[in-house]
Amino acid sequence: MTILRGFTALLLLQLVGEVLSRLLSLPVPGPVIGLMLLLALLAARPAWLPVFSGAGDALLAHLSLLFIPAGVGVLVHIDRLNGVLPGVIATLALSTLLGMSVTALILQRLMRGRPTRDTPAHDVAER
Amino acid sequence: MQALELDALWVYLSGSPLVALALTLACYLAASALFERSGRFPLLNPVLVSVIVLVGVLRLADIPYADYFDGAQFVHFLLGPATVALALPLYRELPVLRRHLVPIGIALCAGLFVTLASTLLIARLSGLDDIVQRSIAAKSVTAPVAMGIAERLGGVPSLTAVFAILTGVFGAVVAVPLLSLLRVRDDAAKGLAIGLVAHGIGTARALGISERAGAYSGLAMALSATISAVVLPIAIGVLMPASG
Repeated sequence: MTILRGFTALLLLQLVGEVLSRLLSLPVPGPVIGLMLLLALLAARPAWLPVFSGAGDALLAHLSLLFIPAGVGVLVHIDRLNGVLPGVIATLALSTLLGMSVTALILQRLMRGRPTRDTPAHDVAER
Repeated sequence: MQALELDALWVYLSGSPLVALALTLACYLAASALFERSGRFPLLNPVLVSVIVLVGVLRLADIPYADYFDGAQFVHFLLGPATVALALPLYRELPVLRRHLVPIGIALCAGLFVTLASTLLIARLSGLDDIVQRSIAAKSVTAPVAMGIAERLGGVPSLTAVFAILTGVFGAVVAVPLLSLLRVRDDAAKGLAIGLVAHGIGTARALGISERAGAYSGLAMALSATISAVVLPIAIGVLMPASG
């Protein structure tokens, strides 16, 4: 029951998100608006967390699975990229490596001395 | 007689969503087990392995993608509620997040700028034509938003979806080796960087690092989608004015 209730609540938030996105012609899709709505809801009503956590955490535990159908669709159509593939791969790969490195290094540098862990600064995981 | 029955069975099965759904789940479970058993070797990423195996099966069995998707759409559909659920790790991280709003904002803006600038520059240097450049600009944004952006940039939305998913898989595969090479230890920094460039597929990988990494990855994905949807059409309008 708990899982079903949580799943229903997630779907309702997505639905509200879809409706808002279309009515206000927002550039952001329904599920992302649903994410923001749920965050605002939990910030206002922390006691409601258990309603969502059972179904939500179960979905997130297997988030990778949910991308497989779309991934198969991409690989099926990969032939369309014949001819431009080297340039596309160079662009995707290099900009991904650059963007990821810059973001991580800047945030780590700016937060130096203010670690986001609750545990002391020495890395327990390294032992 | 026997062959005929098998034939009829095959016709029945290939028209039912059951096969596609069972295959997808079984592939994912096997690929996840392989990933764990290999000590999480990056190239054995479960999404990458499952997709390659499934495409091989579809080609061998001569099943069109549309038929496969009839079954697999039940899994695909769950992406919506799962995206909403990304608010959960984010909510649990909120007390820590509040204390770091400025560093996160700076890293996010710098990361988005570098990603977009390098994408446009490298696309131009590698001689990709105008329409491919417009389609690739939003490749680090989660696929549904990326397709909407591509349309406004004068790109091809379905091509953009391909680029976005390739980027997500690439980002998920390289994330852990790259970030450990750069000695990034903080899970917040890892997560923000992964979600910013590799959106949902990256976030799935980040959740495998820790809930904290997943929280920041989901945050970066949502903010990157929102900011890109507003900023990209303006930036492209200035940098690549439509010819004629």
